[in-house]
Amino acid sequence: MTPRIIFAAALVTGVIFAEPALADRIFVSNEKDNTITVLDGQSLAITNTIKVGQRPRAILLSVDGKSLYICASDSDRIEVLDLTTLKIVRTLPSGPDPERFDTSPDGKLLYIANENDNKVSVLDIAAAKIVAETPVGIEPEGMAMSPDGKTVVDTSETTSMAHFIDTATNKVVANVLVDSRPRVATWSPDGRQVWVSSEVGGAVAVIDAATHSIVKKIKFDIPGLTSAQAQPVDIKITKDGKVAFVALGPANRVAVIDTKSFEVQKYILVGQRVWNMAFSPDQKRLFTANGVSNDITVIDVADEKATKSVPVGRSPWGVAVAP
Amino acid sequence: MRRRRDSNSIRVISATLCRDWVAVAWVIGLLACSGPALAQTAAISAPIDVTYIGLKVERVLPAFYLDQPPQDEGLQGARLALSDNQTTGQFLGQNFRLNEEIAPDAAGVVDAFKRRIAAGDKLFVADLPAPVLLQVADLPEAKAVTILDATTHDDALRAESCRRNVLHTLPSRAMLADALMQYMMIKKWSSIALVIGADPADKDYADAIRNSAHKFRIKIVQEIPWTFDPGSRRTDTGHYAVEAEVARVTQDVKDYDLLVVADEAGNFGDDLAYRTTLSRPIAGTQGLVPSAWARPFEQWGATQLQSRFEKQANRWMTDNDYGAWLAVRAVGEAATRGSTVDPAKIGDFMRGKDFDLAGFKGTKLTFREWDGQLRQPVLLADARSLVSVSPQPGFLHQFSELDTLGVDRPETKCHMP
Repeated sequence: MTPRIIFAAALVTGVIFAEPALADRIFVSNEKDNTITVLDGQSLAITNTIKVGQRPRAILLSVDGKSLYICASDSDRIEVLDLTTLKIVRTLPSGPDPERFDTSPDGKLLYIANENDNKVSVLDIAAAKIVAETPVGIEPEGMAMSPDGKTVVDTSETTSMAHFIDTATNKVVANVLVDSRPRVATWSPDGRQVWVSSEVGGAVAVIDAATHSIVKKIKFDIPGLTSAQAQPVDIKITKDGKVAFVALGPANRVAVIDTKSFEVQKYILVGQRVWNMAFSPDQKRLFTANGVSNDITVIDVADEKATKSVPVGRSPWGVAVAP
Repeated sequence: MRRRRDSNSIRVISATLCRDWVAVAWVIGLLACSGPALAQTAAISAPIDVTYIGLKVERVLPAFYLDQPPQDEGLQGARLALSDNQTTGQFLGQNFRLNEEIAPDAAGVVDAFKRRIAAGDKLFVADLPAPVLLQVADLPEAKAVTILDATTHDDALRAESCRRNVLHTLPSRAMLADALMQYMMIKKWSSIALVIGADPADKDYADAIRNSAHKFRIKIVQEIPWTFDPGSRRTDTGHYAVEAEVARVTQDVKDYDLLVVADEAGNFGDDLAYRTTLSRPIAGTQGLVPSAWARPFEQWGATQLQSRFEKQANRWMTDNDYGAWLAVRAVGEAATRGSTVDPAKIGDFMRGKDFDLAGFKGTKLTFREWDGQLRQPVLLADARSLVSVSPQPGFLHQFSELDTLGVDRPETKCHMP
């Protein structure tokens, strides 16, 4: 075996010899394939396809960066993928039909939206035990932990509300009515605002986290498309808090929003039915999962341009990038 | 439309089942009332009453024997929507109550309706054939109520027989036909042969197909009245007779792209496929069916509604269940968005510009102001597969692409006094 072949084999089998420059790895959950696709962050080549539980949807890096949590929705559990061995090393209880989740800042707890059961479950990761349940509206989906870890926001799709839950008591402290079918909640990095996307309502509500009032509703007017086609789902805000990217589902575009003026600056054309997104650790790139075209699109964050699309599995749902 | 009863077919509801309904409704009410007390939950309002009013009809033995229409069709959809409304309502201090009134005949329906109005009810979900629906809508005491027609596809009710106090949640036959014809255009299929059953509802369905074919310039090469006794196939060797009959009525028909069947009661439509002289696909009330809801439908979160419904009712959701779900949800959504528990204001809000309903079809559903029809995408599905959803891409409209389905404002024959 020549050294070149050995190097190629190393790339294919994983990261054993990976150099720092090649270290970023992109993980994509394929909802209809029951797999996670692993791509090399540099070459964007697929390095692994990992079999996981049924209907993998949201995926999330652990706070220590060693594991990837996977909502295996139809298997009614969370799976833990070890990022060194790329093997599922644990399964955790989640309550029925986990769709999205977020972690406490100390990495000890997972807050899980149980879509079929109208509640949020709190999982103690080390003990593998559900330690609390909070009843919320119908079809809870979006879950977002505040930067200070004191409040977690859940959105209920059919109830059309963002529920603010106090993590000390696990009780709902406020319910904010938003437009139809809220999907995702995202905190601004300073913890002052929560952005909530309403898929059917076609709007993003910016909620003041202190007063629980809606300070702005952002609508999307895309030339050549009807307003009904702009169905916002995932929202990602840059670390400096200046720019928000909003995935617009069947409009096949990502909106770029100035967080000061709340004006849409630009629409970036990506793959079909763009739902969820993740930044690279250096925030130079944004990756979008495109559920209908079965690929991911790479966006250059500074240029606000799509640079490449790469095929992955069937119905890619979530993306996570590990340094 | 397939697998649903129409105004002629008949539904039997046993006394035992009625007792069970009362029990179930009571338990649901109890559960809803004892829902988790949450911080910032406003004081619970007096119940917002929604009355489901249905005609108990006796069903003749159906010609098809698989997937017979369930006895509690419609009602189960209303019950699921009630629990959805309650879950949302608990956060806002809004409390909903579903009253179920199933009467044995038209007179009983009128009596029940009058009684509920006298008790103060103003929001009704109707599971009634068109003539009975009009009877109650035209009562003097019904002027200030809102009746959500949850189970008809009747075009006349949305045209010359429209009423100011009636809204319609299921698509009209015109919308269903347009959904199918748009799909034909996309496929570049340009001609149909039309097989028409003997029931009055079949004639209405055929009318809708004719109008739509004319609108989309699709040629009807021949109309074939179906007169063969629907029971025949179930006798021994009956399949020979059916096969011979289908071959006979289709043998001299000029070439066509699609055989469209109008058989709302499901008497014979399933017997046409594979037996025609030319090998052509079947669509209409059987085969590729345009409908509001379909069993294989799982997009836009529909999986969630399907599974919640199945968990509650132990069966699949039908069109009528979906229509009733939409109706009761429309009440809930209007109460929530309009921040009101006043039934008259709820009725007004539903008709207003700020109302929209998420019906698991990926877009906002709203009522057309000219005829009270709920705008919505129409599914095209067979028993096992979702084939397409109309409006098809490329059918554009000045205001809403959903208005490319059915009767648009300039063409409406509904002129409410």
